[in-house]
Amino acid sequence: MVSSATTQPEPATAAASGAGAAVEVSGVSFRYGDRLALDGVSFSVPRGEIFGLLGPNGSGKTTLFRVLSTLIPPQSGTLAILGKDLARETFAVRHRIGVVFQAPSLDKKLTAQENLIHHGHLYGLRGADLKERCRKLLDRVGLLDRANERTETLSGGQRRRVELAKGLLHEPDVLILDEPSTGLDPGARRDLMTYLRSLSREGVTCLLTTHLMEEAESCDRLALLCQGKLAALDTPDALKARIGGEVVSVNVREPEGFAARVQERFGVSPQVVDGVVRIERTDGPRFVAELAEAFPGQIEAVRVGRPTLEDVFIRLTGHRFWEAQSETDAAAKDKSKKKGR
Amino acid sequence: MAAPAATGHFALSVYTLAWRELVRFFRQRNRVTGAFLQPVIFWALFGAGLSASFRPDVGAAGVGYAEYFFPGIVVMILLFTAIFATVSVIEDRREGFLQGVLVAPVSRGAMVMGKLVGGTLLATLQGAIFLLLGLTQDIAFTPANVAALFGVMLLLSFALTGLGFIFAWRMESTQGFHAVISVLMLPMWLLSGAFFPAAGAPAWLYWTIQLNPLTYGMALTRHALYLDPAKSSAPGVPGPELALGVTVAFALVMFALSYKIAGRRVAGDLA
Repeated sequence: MVSSATTQPEPATAAASGAGAAVEVSGVSFRYGDRLALDGVSFSVPRGEIFGLLGPNGSGKTTLFRVLSTLIPPQSGTLAILGKDLARETFAVRHRIGVVFQAPSLDKKLTAQENLIHHGHLYGLRGADLKERCRKLLDRVGLLDRANERTETLSGGQRRRVELAKGLLHEPDVLILDEPSTGLDPGARRDLMTYLRSLSREGVTCLLTTHLMEEAESCDRLALLCQGKLAALDTPDALKARIGGEVVSVNVREPEGFAARVQERFGVSPQVVDGVVRIERTDGPRFVAELAEAFPGQIEAVRVGRPTLEDVFIRLTGHRFWEAQSETDAAAKDKSKKKGR
Repeated sequence: MAAPAATGHFALSVYTLAWRELVRFFRQRNRVTGAFLQPVIFWALFGAGLSASFRPDVGAAGVGYAEYFFPGIVVMILLFTAIFATVSVIEDRREGFLQGVLVAPVSRGAMVMGKLVGGTLLATLQGAIFLLLGLTQDIAFTPANVAALFGVMLLLSFALTGLGFIFAWRMESTQGFHAVISVLMLPMWLLSGAFFPAAGAPAWLYWTIQLNPLTYGMALTRHALYLDPAKSSAPGVPGPELALGVTVAFALVMFALSYKIAGRRVAGDLA
């Protein structure tokens, strides 16, 4: 897999943030055996921002989450959270961050309340203060009436909300979430983003990994990860603005030849992704008319759309988002087969 | 938020982790029933069936087999409950609970200690319930030997939970753990003097028994039950001081190894 179109991250964004940053990642690489999962990633997240790490599976975003959440120690590069070095001041960092895992982390045999109390104790909270925090948070996530039910009896969405309450119990300044909307229906996803937005207004920095475009859309800024590298970092709008105008997708019988002819005729550089010819144009609808006129009878279907984050991903990496994902999935499967598990 | 010092809440963490082990246990009714019924059945069947043909030469008083076997069952309960308690390590990892503990500001020592204390309390509690059955035997229970027995049970359970932890930490499935139990734990118990005395066994067996750390825990339990070396001493049964010394060392070594092994991240954490 060669990504020819990878561009370098904006150095300007990293410099703009400065010392008061909530999260500072610089030159972080990580390898599992001989596979390089993160390759010199650097970025900085100011306080109160909702920052998204967008990438397909295998892009390195989960590894980055693990390192940021202190689950695994960093190998090279430096990470700081609220000015505290993650490797040297791990305990101080742990007190300041809340972690919401993608896989459930609740004890199903305990009630929602008991899970929170247990978690609070691990963070050194106790007594009436802890009880009050549990009550407030369960109320805030709308589960006060289910507080004394074992979490195994709660629905998937309700459990996610307890997970969120768990991550927030010790009032962290930075909340780190791994694919937070896993298992949530669209309504619950929107609720989650609304909730994160209200947290961010209170000054809590939210850093989340996602592979969902619509979730990424609601982040303040996005880091696009592809094969362990930071492909781009910007606001969702700015990322989309990199593709001026519209994206014209054309279905034809033989896309490669068609792309070559379009290039010759119009002097644009079409991409063929997944058998579809993609052309970025500022005057999409007019261009479609020109295409139809120039190649009568060859076009089977054509679509003109505002650029999406997926288009940005394709532009930057030369891969269709899901394609990159399934390739790495296949690679991972191969690997686990070889390990004989 | 006033953040406590890095390990300022060591005791609180140990308490809450151990508390959770107990709550989990009592909320799984089949575990509760099984853990209590199995030894009772074992003791009733073996004790009654073997007493007619088996005459161990234990102590001057010449106790019956059921009585000889009784402390053996206590140790078996401790061994199995303590070791099975550490199955929760594997479950915690598989169910994802462990990851939350690993990113909490809890020292590794507190995490290990919480797990071991939880298993220790569970095992001791069940041992204590079983001791009540001893009332049917000619064993005199006094505050002194009951206190001694509790001390021994706590110490031995701690060592055995540590032993289970060492195996459980790196395992990805509970099936694998069962293999360890049948290959390691069962022989360990059989060759501890719980089932038959070392005296009279062939030399290789005799020495295997002497090298088994559980032999000393077994002897310690016998000594604590009678508090009278004349009744509990026999050829091949370690004396009280040696038994105590080896068992304390066993517990310390198991904790140290558990602590060491818990510093490793295993593939399961990264699933």
